[in-house]
Amino acid sequence: MPAFNEEGSVAEVVREVNLRVPGATCLVVDDGSTDSTYARALDAGALVARLPYNLGVGGAMRVGFRYALENGFDAVVQIDSDGQHDPAGVPALLAVLDDADLVLGARFAGEGEYHVRGPRRWAMSVLAVVLSRTSRSRLTDTTSGFRASGPRAIAVFAKHYPAEYLGDTIEALVIASRAGLVIRQVPVSMRVRSAGKPSHNPFKSAAYLARAGMALGFAFVRPSSTYRIGSTQ
Amino acid sequence: MSTPLASYIFGIVSAALVLVVVIEMLRRRRLRERHAIWWLIAGILALVAGIFPATLGWAATLVGIEVPINLVFFVGIAILFLVCLQNASELTILETKTRVLAERVALLDLELRGMSTDDDNSARAADQNEPS
Repeated sequence: MPAFNEEGSVAEVVREVNLRVPGATCLVVDDGSTDSTYARALDAGALVARLPYNLGVGGAMRVGFRYALENGFDAVVQIDSDGQHDPAGVPALLAVLDDADLVLGARFAGEGEYHVRGPRRWAMSVLAVVLSRTSRSRLTDTTSGFRASGPRAIAVFAKHYPAEYLGDTIEALVIASRAGLVIRQVPVSMRVRSAGKPSHNPFKSAAYLARAGMALGFAFVRPSSTYRIGSTQ
Repeated sequence: MSTPLASYIFGIVSAALVLVVVIEMLRRRRLRERHAIWWLIAGILALVAGIFPATLGWAATLVGIEVPINLVFFVGIAILFLVCLQNASELTILETKTRVLAERVALLDLELRGMSTDDDNSARAADQNEPS
């Protein structure tokens, strides 16, 4: 669970995860927060890895995958610490993980209420088409940060999870496809963030699109040997 | 080619100065060889062109440039461009390295705290790691 300045919601999400998914290890990666995220997460009973400075979601995720790899976990579920993902959806993701390496919790696939409009919506549909083709499976919500990874995906992501801010969710899918992983999606419901505010600034959206597009482009043209499972690069 | 003596000497001195500074920095390990290579090339080219202005004219006609000074500008910009590119690339490599270190530190930190809470005298370590 990557967390950057989420003191208002992280404790609640941790408690909810422990309640909904008993037996799971809840690792919060504090991405160089300047508020009390670290203390709140610890108090709520999570393991907390603390990055010395902010690396972006990608860096935080990489820490999580590496932790899973080194401690022999066979499934990793990424969940946002702002409370927009409902931990009750975790078992549904894990169920599909049996015959897939990467399972996305998709927000538009019918369940719950989640709407975006304008250029962002168009971009998300374009991304969905491109990535569905690449991964040879129907994906509708490619920017979802609610996803489960199996052992093969963990091995790839611990090494190659993209560090580029914002592009990470999309680029991770391309990396996974190119490494030959099986990707599936499961409908999940989204909630309104329990703290913090969503970014609806048009300039930020435009920057997001541009960076997402670039990340996507470069992920495709990178040498394919980069992503081979077990490659030492 | 007739060159006024003053500008002739000025050209040679400038080029020599560049070379001296670069070599001195290399000598004191303030500059690594692979970073110095472009500056060395630039200095040597400038020195050659300074001492033998005819070579500049010859090289310009060789590549079809009518005004020899344009060759100087072209080569100068090209070298600056390559240096910038090299710096950006080095920066990327360094960023990657510090990022990996930061990730490593976070995991080691986690491991260390796990160890100390396993101990019975955990209070000591826990207090030290309290966030500011």
